[in-house]
Amino acid sequence: MLSAVASMTAMGLGLGLALGLAARRFHVEVPPVVDEIDALLPGTNCGQCGYPGCRAGAEALAAGEAPVTLCPPGGRDVALQIADILGVDPAEGADLDGMEEAPQMVAFIFEDHCTGCTKCFKRCPTDAIVGANRQIHTVITDACIGCDACIEVCPTEAIIHRPKPRTLRNWYWDKPDPETGHADTRLSA
Amino acid sequence: MSILPFAGRFDPARLFAFKGGVHPETRKFLSAECEIEDMPIPALIRVPLQQHIGVEAEAIVERGDTVLKGQLIGKARGPVSANIHAPTSGQVIAVGHFTAPHPSGLPVPTITIRPDGRDEWGPRLPRLHPESAAPEQIAAQVAEAGIVGMGGATFPASVKLNLRAKYDLHTLVINAAECEPYLTCDDRLMRERAEEIADGAGIMARALGVKDIIVAIEANKPQAIQAMQRHKIALGYKMRIKTVPTQYPMGSEKHLVKTLTGRETPARALTAELGIVVHNAATAHAVHLAVRYGEPSISRVVTVSGRGVARPANVRALIGTPVADLIAHCGGLVEEPDRLLMGGPMMGQPIRNPRVPIVKGSGGILALTAEETREKDVMPCIRCGLCVQVCPMGLTPFELNTRVEAGDLDGAAKVGLLDCINCGCCSFTCPSNRPLVQTIQYAKGKLAERDSRKHQQDQAKRLAEARTARLEAIAEAKRAAMAKRKAEMAAKKKREAEAAQVVAEAVEATSRKEAAK
Repeated sequence: MLSAVASMTAMGLGLGLALGLAARRFHVEVPPVVDEIDALLPGTNCGQCGYPGCRAGAEALAAGEAPVTLCPPGGRDVALQIADILGVDPAEGADLDGMEEAPQMVAFIFEDHCTGCTKCFKRCPTDAIVGANRQIHTVITDACIGCDACIEVCPTEAIIHRPKPRTLRNWYWDKPDPETGHADTRLSA
Repeated sequence: MSILPFAGRFDPARLFAFKGGVHPETRKFLSAECEIEDMPIPALIRVPLQQHIGVEAEAIVERGDTVLKGQLIGKARGPVSANIHAPTSGQVIAVGHFTAPHPSGLPVPTITIRPDGRDEWGPRLPRLHPESAAPEQIAAQVAEAGIVGMGGATFPASVKLNLRAKYDLHTLVINAAECEPYLTCDDRLMRERAEEIADGAGIMARALGVKDIIVAIEANKPQAIQAMQRHKIALGYKMRIKTVPTQYPMGSEKHLVKTLTGRETPARALTAELGIVVHNAATAHAVHLAVRYGEPSISRVVTVSGRGVARPANVRALIGTPVADLIAHCGGLVEEPDRLLMGGPMMGQPIRNPRVPIVKGSGGILALTAEETREKDVMPCIRCGLCVQVCPMGLTPFELNTRVEAGDLDGAAKVGLLDCINCGCCSFTCPSNRPLVQTIQYAKGKLAERDSRKHQQDQAKRLAEARTARLEAIAEAKRAAMAKRKAEMAAKKKREAEAAQVVAEAVEATSRKEAAK
């Protein structure tokens, strides 16, 4: 009787210890995918993806309900990073090349039509619109992410989106086309 | 570590070779014998506020203002920026945007002046005596005069004169290599104004606190070398005039330093790291004018050349003179040029509109005919490796090119995309006429855009977080205010209730008294 108790106790202790050690030794960190994706997304909760906010978008992505290209402000880079996290083929069911070509859009306010209602200004997720009550509003192009939230709320349809204007600072040469190779592709004589 | 760095010390006549480079036909004979002539004041002057690397200047005049020659019209903004001065007296007729002298043809903020023809000087800057002035004073004067690197890079000269605070400097190199074909403006300036250039070099050496000055001139300019030899003592400095081989891109400062000292500048670092600062000969001349006479940077010598121009010439023109006026001054075009360039044929930029103005960095206006541009059809890369042989930065242009064409920008950056200096040796030499340097330039721009987009996304995130925090703070404040109001209301009610009680008690007491009576 005593020996049975002793052996069972010893076995229990030994196996318990082994299991405990194994759990420590072979512990696998499950990546908190949602947090990881959430950190990648712009965090502006602009709603262009169709989900209420970046967190919800990240959850949908983690659940595999949304394509990796769901975030237009994030662009191609974010799509590729999300695909990397989720371990899916980025080209699958999504048009990555289309994302590359799409120019960056920003909002633009036709000041003649602006009534200074402050609706857009309250709605902007990045505070990219400046103005005050009954004064003309304007967009700070560098802060605008092109989410179109302001366009929806403008009562006078004074806001449009347009490609980000090119300046000397962000201008660069077009890709030369070696096949035709004419005109301005060659810099030097 | 070899003994090469020391060899130059023991044998000052010795030069070193850099790897790569090409020998394009120089065609300097077209304008080399033409004396510098003054260009008459044009009918309209357009002065861009962005003529330099860095932040554009801020206009401090308005439409309708009358300005005098040398008056400050654009104020430098931030540490890397440059002042802009009125090139002649007249009336400001517009402060707006005009096409930039840039291949993009995008508009830049520009001040348009209609000269009154009197060319009347406003008050000049106070003159300095470089013999007794402090280095800081000289640098400040150069900054005030708005002088930028006139070799084409247009980096504000004063910033480079202030490098002594950060680096241990010992040598000033005056870059008079002028390796670009066709250009002769520095050559002529040295032949005609050697003494002034030498003085400017001395002044800059004082500002930098260096001991040695080396003037490097390519071997194809013997008269300029002679002229500089005659004036090699200035402000107590004995300059070393060095004849460097005629080889493109000798005028690149890193390659010039390599040729003179045998030492290589680290990747993406300044030559100041080696204790050497390089300034252009025309910049030295501008510094001389600014310090000795208080004249700001308002004109420069421009070579107008190419077979398309009737009378190639070296012209001292006011900054802001339209290219079309310069060409007209040189007899106009003899035939429709295949290409109109600002700068040299190797690194110059095509200009789309001949009405664009010249700026502080424009050393040349070239109208090249079809025979000169020799445009040929692009053929497939045959892996001959000529581009690798001639690349002065030791890169593999064909590999960069293939990677960029395949969309692998990161891979291209890994094999040195960002070390490319855009010299164009690879495109020049390619037997298949491939647009190598052009593709590399595109890739650099694309890479920069991608980085800026990433940066912008981080900023957007920060802005969004700040907004959320602000909205929460407002809501919190509202809640607090509400709670406070509630508490106040409750207190008020309580007080009223108490007061009512007191009154009621009093009334009761009175009624009781009356009852007792």
